[in-house]
Amino acid sequence: MVHFTAEEKSTILSLWGKVNVEEAGGEALGRLLVVYPWTQRFFDNFGNLSSASAIMGNPKVKAHGKKVLTSFGEAVKNMDNLKGAFAKLSELHCDKLHVDPENFKLLGNVMVIILATHFGKEFTPDVQAAWQKLVSGVATALAHKYH
Amino acid sequence: MSLTKTERAIIVSMWGKISTQADTIGTETLERLFLSYPQTKTYFPHFDLHAGSAQLRAHGSKVVAAVGDAVKSIDNIAGALAKLSELHAYILRVDPVNFKLLSHCLLVTVAARFPADFTAEAHAAWDKFMSVVSSVLTEKYR
Repeated sequence: MVHFTAEEKSTILSLWGKVNVEEAGGEALGRLLVVYPWTQRFFDNFGNLSSASAIMGNPKVKAHGKKVLTSFGEAVKNMDNLKGAFAKLSELHCDKLHVDPENFKLLGNVMVIILATHFGKEFTPDVQAAWQKLVSGVATALAHKYH
Repeated sequence: MSLTKTERAIIVSMWGKISTQADTIGTETLERLFLSYPQTKTYFPHFDLHAGSAQLRAHGSKVVAAVGDAVKSIDNIAGALAKLSELHAYILRVDPVNFKLLSHCLLVTVAARFPADFTAEAHAAWDKFMSVVSSVLTEKYR
């Protein structure tokens, strides 16, 4: 199980407080679909995904991205029990959505890159390390109930 | 997997800006690698890995210079990195999983320093480019 030091928790919380979840969510999901086009396989009903600009401007992508990142906010509130916090979502992603857990890692890394573009210098190596731990913990938690 | 004309143009044009900060970008990339993925330090038992270490700076420069070589010969990355490919296969033998980690840290470094340039399209091009570089470097492993 992943353990966060008090410092890592405060680093994560302080950055998260400045994130515009709606905007960042759309960007994160959009970039996932642009950078790793095979992830589009889960979103056949999203309409126009034919180019980077189409994807980044697509309203369904933005809406779903917001949903995903809002859910990620639960991770920030439950760093000591990620597996518990994401148990139901893990079952959903396995049984209903049939998402390969590898995708959670891809999305996590895309999120880290977005944080880097938003926060620049403030996103120091130490801050990144705390976030890599969190996204990795979330990815593991989401895969935990797979069978 | 090969780079499209558009992707090559993006890489080459961004490299112009990146190369002006090559050394610090190299150092920062390695700092990020060692902090986020401590297991990567196992390849450097002979190094002083503290922030600001001369060895870290020198090695960071080397790494970014090699990426630069790939950019300058973007139409023939395999040719440009042939010697490095052999080095990694026969001498260094860095496990292939680590190339993804280093690539990610380079992208984070570039994204933090050039946020306006690092659009979704540029992100895709760079991710693909580093993936090609990594493939070339692991090509002779077995």
